[in-house]
Amino acid sequence: MTPTLYGPHRWLFPAIATAALAISPTVSAQTPPNVLVVGQIAEPKALDPAQVTAVNDFRIMMNLYDGLVRYADGTLEVEPSLATDWDISDDGTVYTFTLRDDVIFHDGSDFDAEAVVFNFERMLDEDHPYHDTGPFPLAFFFDAIDDVEATGEHEVTFTLDEPYAPFLSNLAYPTGLMVSPAAVEEHGEDIGRHPSGTGPFRFEEWESNSRVVVTRNDDYWDGPPSLEAVVFRPITDANTRVSEMLSGGIDLMVEVPPDNVADLAEDDMFEVYEQAGPHLWFLILNTREGPFQDKAMRQAVNYAINKQALVDNVLQGTAEVAAGPIPPAFEWAYNDELEPYPYDPEKARELIAEAGHEDAELTFYVTEGGSGMLDPVPMGSAIQADLADVGLDVEIETYEWNTFLDRVNPGLEGKADMAQMAWMTNDPDTLPFLALRTDAMPDEGGFNSGYYSNAEVDELLEQARRSVEQDERAELYREMQTIVHEEAPWAFVANWKQNAVAGANVENFRLQPSFFLLLHDVVKN
Amino acid sequence: MFRYALRRLLLTVPVLLGLSVIVFLIMSLIPGDPAQAILGSYATPENLERLRADLGLDLPLPQQYLVWLGNILQGDLGRSYALNRPVLDEVLERFGATLLLAGTSLVICILLGVLAGIVSAIRQYGWSDRIITLLVLIGISVPAFWLGMLMIMAFSVGLRWFPTSGMTAAYGGGGILDILHHLVLPAFALAIVAAGVIARLTRSNMLEVLRQDYIRTARAKGLGEGRVVMRHAFKVALVNLIPVIGVQAGFVIGGAVYIETVFQWPGIGRMLVNAISTRDLLLVQGGVLVVAASYVLFNLLADLLQHWLDPRIQA
Repeated sequence: MTPTLYGPHRWLFPAIATAALAISPTVSAQTPPNVLVVGQIAEPKALDPAQVTAVNDFRIMMNLYDGLVRYADGTLEVEPSLATDWDISDDGTVYTFTLRDDVIFHDGSDFDAEAVVFNFERMLDEDHPYHDTGPFPLAFFFDAIDDVEATGEHEVTFTLDEPYAPFLSNLAYPTGLMVSPAAVEEHGEDIGRHPSGTGPFRFEEWESNSRVVVTRNDDYWDGPPSLEAVVFRPITDANTRVSEMLSGGIDLMVEVPPDNVADLAEDDMFEVYEQAGPHLWFLILNTREGPFQDKAMRQAVNYAINKQALVDNVLQGTAEVAAGPIPPAFEWAYNDELEPYPYDPEKARELIAEAGHEDAELTFYVTEGGSGMLDPVPMGSAIQADLADVGLDVEIETYEWNTFLDRVNPGLEGKADMAQMAWMTNDPDTLPFLALRTDAMPDEGGFNSGYYSNAEVDELLEQARRSVEQDERAELYREMQTIVHEEAPWAFVANWKQNAVAGANVENFRLQPSFFLLLHDVVKN
Repeated sequence: MFRYALRRLLLTVPVLLGLSVIVFLIMSLIPGDPAQAILGSYATPENLERLRADLGLDLPLPQQYLVWLGNILQGDLGRSYALNRPVLDEVLERFGATLLLAGTSLVICILLGVLAGIVSAIRQYGWSDRIITLLVLIGISVPAFWLGMLMIMAFSVGLRWFPTSGMTAAYGGGGILDILHHLVLPAFALAIVAAGVIARLTRSNMLEVLRQDYIRTARAKGLGEGRVVMRHAFKVALVNLIPVIGVQAGFVIGGAVYIETVFQWPGIGRMLVNAISTRDLLLVQGGVLVVAASYVLFNLLADLLQHWLDPRIQA
């Protein structure tokens, strides 16, 4: 009998150990020199700026493409990019841009006025031969355009239906990035997987769910970047993303879970970046029916929620307490005289008693998670507890994100008293104009799901949109914020600070208030 | 046997058809639709309507199904709504990665499971048997995704022996060694549970066979123990193991859904998870069909193999 032949100690374990050693020579996970590996939160949908809506996709595209204008570093103010300067007619309806004459697309075709016209007509003109390469969900950013014309080889003129002040900042948004017409003609509806722009990096390859690789554009008109290449890796699981960062598999990651930020900040190997952005997390209150028809009740909710505790404990400092409908990141339009509603349960109880809604029963829509929603389930529970404290009986209904949108966007009537929501925008106009006006009710295609209506707010927003003077616009927005803050159609909760972590060897990186990821100047040592 | 194989293959057609109907129904029962997922939070009801019409989502459900079926018969799996590329391209690209992971995992779990089962059986109630039984129990009980996370913490973050996620190095890479290096952790994490099941069955089958008279005869006529165990006992026990291995093959392909998510393996499991969350019906259909077809195929192979090993078993 030779039983030892089958004993585990003889060859089972050594075999495994040998196999493991054979496969893993001394390799430890490490990224190659001068190539930046970025941990993304999801696989991009497409790399065609006209087709996408997600910040996750913008982060790649901002490095592949340029627009006519862009946000100046660290701000939300517009500066020249592919257009060197522009002229706005006195009535605010005609914009004439002078374009750079030294720019070519990555595919070798020329960037000129015709290319600009092609890009806008592709999105806006249903008869355009390449209009079927969409859909273009954000084309409404440019709905105000009546006509776009090449008035010279390097001059393009936009005529608007009516004055529309956010036009310039919409041009700086990814939806306004310039795609090579030749590439659209060549790839048709597959253009989203064969991007060609004018940006600092050119597209190299896209391996589904593994990586998108972009390499340095040595001919970049604004000077070639220092990095040789950037690899964007989709790592949907936040824990895996952090593990990759810790094990050296990526150089930079965005949207670090709040739980990990503190640990990473203490580690010398890493640098943590934070930047407040144009984001607002709020509760839509149903002003058409139920207790929230009453302003006192809406204010009561604002007083009853302990926003500081939410921001400190649930979000662990990754957000700041919000005061009103416009986030402070829009410095020029923000009303800094507004103070957030203080946490004052006593005051809330008084207001509720005054309104005669003690023990009101409320239905509260919560989502499992979604774009910009932060940590919605724990936030929902915390809010529920705060409201229970002041005697309101809140019942939570939780929905998956797409289902949630399907229920909330058509309006809350007959369904709920309050719903979570978050928006991230590029102009102070966008959110209030689409979600607080009388003409923006859901049945008119708007997002005013709580049916707030105030003629004065409507008028201020219309005026601000017509004005081409930034100071005048700012004044109108400040007035609007004061009214909305007082009338409380929403409960204002938080402004999210975007965060990122990079290896200590990554230099010249900074987060932008636009939440875009700009890698042109980044150096990896 | 050839006729049997052919009949079984033909029988998969109604199975796959039925499955596609079920997937269609389930996907239409979950609230939320692809139009909403594509247009994102800025979707206005008007834009949603238009996109639904473009995608044919406004047609009655049976008609949508028939359109899909008609296209399938012409070899067209449709176009993914969310990825805006042909479903076939995506599914084929991803299925290769899953086959590599599941195949490696299957080999590992058979080797580990059979070895552990044999050792356990011939050393019944001995120390090695007890240790193996305990390990097997733990292996069967531990959820694979959790084990995967622990392995990442130990071997990637702690020891830095293996990469944390992905199938190839982020830049360059892609060689055989590089892929194997990435394969080790997910393949083992996926293999452990299946290995436990196989080990248990090997042990009990072996114990049963080892008690047979002909084994006693073999020993009595002076055959070496190694020969008795491998040639006489294991070959017989194997016949009963084959169908279980067939089922485990299905299990590792199914289990790939969560292991691929933990290790960010670019396979069909992770594709399905994403496709379901974006309500990408055609992609889900394509993925499920391929997974189901391979499941049926593995079981057929196992049955044929069993029949070949023991012709007494009716194929």
